Amino acid sequence: MPKIKVPKSAPSLDMTPMVDLAFLLVTFFMLTAKFRNMEPIEAEPPYSTSEIQLKENVMLVTIDKEGRAYYDISDKAVRKLLIKGMMKRYTALELSDGDVDEFVKMGTFGQPINQLASYIKADTDTKEAMDKQSKGIPLDSLDNQLGDWVIEGFYAFMNNAKSIYPNETDLKNFLKENGLRYAIKADADTDYENVEKVIDVFRDREIYQFNMVTSLVGSEKTADVKLDAQ
Amino acid sequence: MAEIVDGGGGGGKHGKKKAKKGAARIDMTPMVDLAFLLLTFFVLASTLSKPKALEIVYPKETEKEEETTKLDDALATTLLLGEDEKEIYYYTGAYKPDSTELILTDFSAEGFRKVMLEKNGPITDQINQLKTKLMNKEINDSIYQANYKLVVGNDKAPFVVIKTIGKTKYKNVINALDELNITNVRKRAVQDMAESEAIAVRQKTNELGLVK
Repeated sequence: MPKIKVPKSAPSLDMTPMVDLAFLLVTFFMLTAKFRNMEPIEAEPPYSTSEIQLKENVMLVTIDKEGRAYYDISDKAVRKLLIKGMMKRYTALELSDGDVDEFVKMGTFGQPINQLASYIKADTDTKEAMDKQSKGIPLDSLDNQLGDWVIEGFYAFMNNAKSIYPNETDLKNFLKENGLRYAIKADADTDYENVEKVIDVFRDREIYQFNMVTSLVGSEKTADVKLDAQ
Repeated sequence: MAEIVDGGGGGGKHGKKKAKKGAARIDMTPMVDLAFLLLTFFVLASTLSKPKALEIVYPKETEKEEETTKLDDALATTLLLGEDEKEIYYYTGAYKPDSTELILTDFSAEGFRKVMLEKNGPITDQINQLKTKLMNKEINDSIYQANYKLVVGNDKAPFVVIKTIGKTKYKNVINALDELNITNVRKRAVQDMAESEAIAVRQKTNELGLVK
């Protein structure tokens, strides 16, 4: 009996649309990805089940295990206004236009004002060495530089928002949706008093609401709550 | 696959020798592999790096009597966080130096969470009802939020005071706040521990032999 012959050539599949799609997605994710600046200190935040994502406009104070405070604020325009404001407040801080641009590009920093200019001018290796020696931004009541950064950061943010939204209702809507948030990212093993000191700096300036940065724990924790509750 | 299909093939009108034109096939597999590798990398990198945050509101510091909130002591639970990670105690009601018994607890599902779920039972039930309504689309999100606030802000809702000493580990404080979120306790405050309570914590820890 004659057998039915199965064609022996490999079945060919048109992969072109799939490849197109894959590259489209690659391009999309590549372009939308934001690269984080190198962080000068290590702070491993504690775990929580909170799923609230940190919003866009954030003033971030990072506290490492030894309790050193570092400061960061998002948005380049705001940073530019901020450093100008700080130069007015601290006349000893003298920066050229190039230094200001360098500061704008920088991420988190933790240098006292008198070290800041040389920190901005330094190369990567020197910066690393300075970060190792740094005691963070001073925040005791005699020399509360962190407080000045906080308040100047707030002014810079507001002035920037006002220049973008000259109309009052637009400004109100913007602030309602995307107002400045205050985030604290502290190391899980730091003493609570270190965090409390930073919180007190904010509270002295009538800021009471904070976002404590945490990393998300696996969902098993919430799962057994639901079981318990039933 | 990408192929260029040749129309004629071997016409030979002019007697010229033509190279045989088969369909040109390019093996795209390595390229596709690479594309998907990159895709996976960017997808994971962009979703995993988003930090999460726990919202806390600290009270305004005030000296004025009328601005302070008065709460019923019977509804109070105080959580005492000592220096060591394991030093987690709680007591209910107001603190009486001689008679208040500290109870050891932890942040597992069987620990403080169970205690608070029991105390906060009626409120948790109401919130679960609201959630089912929301899931069945009987109410919309804004009504849910408004009702949620009403339920957790109830006068009879239990409240928790988290008391710390300077050396309390930060992660314990966050853990405690997280437990309160899980058990829907919205009335809470973080405070410094009173000296008498700190002494009681130390005594209890020694008694139990928790820390060597």
